[in-house]
Amino acid sequence: METSQEHEHPQWEVVIGLEIHAQLATKSKIFSGAATAYGASPNTQACAVDLGLPGVLPVLNEEAVRMAVKFGMAIEAEIAPYSVFARKNYFYPDLPKGYQISQFELPIVGNGHMDINVDGSSKRVGITRAHLEEDAGKSLHEDFHGLTGIDLNRAGTPLLEIVSEPDMRSAKEAVAYMRKLHNLVRWIGICDGNMQEGSFRCDANVSVRPRGQQAFGTRAEIKNINSFKFVEKAINHEVDRQIQLIESGGKIVQETRLYDSVKDETRSMRSKEEANDYRYFPDPDLLPVSVSDEFKAHIKALLPELPDTRKLRFNEQYQLDTENADILTASRSLADYFETLVKESSCEAKMCANWMTGDLIAALNKANLEITESPITSQRLAGLLQRINDNTISGKIAKQVFEGMWHSTATADEIITEKGLKQITDTGAIEAVIDQIIADNSKQVEQYRDGNEKVFAFFVGQVMKAMQGKANPGEVNKILKTKLK
Amino acid sequence: MALTADDVKKIAYLARLGIHEQDVTAYANDLSGILALMTQMGATDTDGIVPMAHPMDQSQRLRADEVTEKDARNRFQAIAPQVEEGLYLVPKVIE
Repeated sequence: METSQEHEHPQWEVVIGLEIHAQLATKSKIFSGAATAYGASPNTQACAVDLGLPGVLPVLNEEAVRMAVKFGMAIEAEIAPYSVFARKNYFYPDLPKGYQISQFELPIVGNGHMDINVDGSSKRVGITRAHLEEDAGKSLHEDFHGLTGIDLNRAGTPLLEIVSEPDMRSAKEAVAYMRKLHNLVRWIGICDGNMQEGSFRCDANVSVRPRGQQAFGTRAEIKNINSFKFVEKAINHEVDRQIQLIESGGKIVQETRLYDSVKDETRSMRSKEEANDYRYFPDPDLLPVSVSDEFKAHIKALLPELPDTRKLRFNEQYQLDTENADILTASRSLADYFETLVKESSCEAKMCANWMTGDLIAALNKANLEITESPITSQRLAGLLQRINDNTISGKIAKQVFEGMWHSTATADEIITEKGLKQITDTGAIEAVIDQIIADNSKQVEQYRDGNEKVFAFFVGQVMKAMQGKANPGEVNKILKTKLK
Repeated sequence: MALTADDVKKIAYLARLGIHEQDVTAYANDLSGILALMTQMGATDTDGIVPMAHPMDQSQRLRADEVTEKDARNRFQAIAPQVEEGLYLVPKVIE
């Protein structure tokens, strides 16, 4: 998509910055002791603080601070020793206090970065800041006889807003950045990444400028995009809109636009400029947050090996190619599965990687399952790979056993025994079958002896067919070669 | 810096405050007076002084991540003007 766009608009450069809201996976809210669990009955998880009742005071959740710091460390950012909460003032019914508690001038996480990979080349995307804030409630505009229904369960849920530099130059780069960030927040355990439930949302700032121009063009912000596919489509759509507008003599206005995935278009959302005048000021109800060196050291010690480091290690330690290393570090659960499989099976890492990136992931995708939901655990898959490795079954039969394991809880050994799939390595039995086949196919034998090597595959096929695939392929080849001489 | 009548009206709108037309000039004068004081304070030499975010020279105490609030929807909604299916009902906000 991006390349076609470059062909279409070679004289324009696209500039994209993303703001991503990651919902922090705490048990309770950022400023109150109400639960954050998804899907509860409306307003059953909204306490007096979340409702903004008079006389209540916010008390900051330590875990939310810890998670923000953890994220800052993962992107090699500066962690502010001193950060401040501010009130962002606006009126909307799902924001009962009339302000959202956020951070403005002194965010908890400063300058960091993340490296993305697009079309084989690496690129560093700057992360300007990440700050803590509370989420608003939810407005339901339908079905209430002309009124709006308000559910405040989500009000006060901790969010980390991660703001990138305008460093991305195509929708493809934006998607790569978003995916990588999505992997990272789940990897370090600060966000469940569930996009359907709104745990990971994206706003995109998009502008265009003539190639070679230094100054940025006027940007439009596209709000609340909730899938990777829509990010790419929404950005590409917006780029086309802006270029068409400028080329036909129009002017871009700085505004917020909403992406409509059904119509595949963006449309203006807020017309009143006052809507963006938030009059931030430090929240007098909250003291500045200090993050001590001790607090940081404690978090650092618990930080897992990060995706990029692990990928590099997979390259070196297991000699995986970049493609496999990429796939197997796409999530921490996948990487853990892989390493358990290598350890439990004692098979070659490459074989383990191929089984995972091939059969296992294909089956998971088909069933729309995550690796953590895989019907075949790494221990069970290890059992299967061991049987291939010790020649009990061939690779081909293994696929059949894999099928059986997918649909049951049986081990590889149980299925092999039950279905009689054990490979025949008894040379006598194989020889008998081969003798019969040679006798039955004199024409092909003649062809082979006349130098038509291709016929060899025919014989292998015949033997395998006669032995229901259970003959050891190495043995079959060896015996066939001798007998056909 | 002196505020105009329009500035006062805009600030009132943003804060959703209803003000009487005849009071606008008085508000503009009062608010301008506050700003003038700020300007006067701005002349003080504050080089090398870190701005305070809060008059209390302490840092925020943190709470353990525990769910301590039980569902009290019925009590909260007893004082709400209108509720339905557990939701608070408000005048429609989008056209």
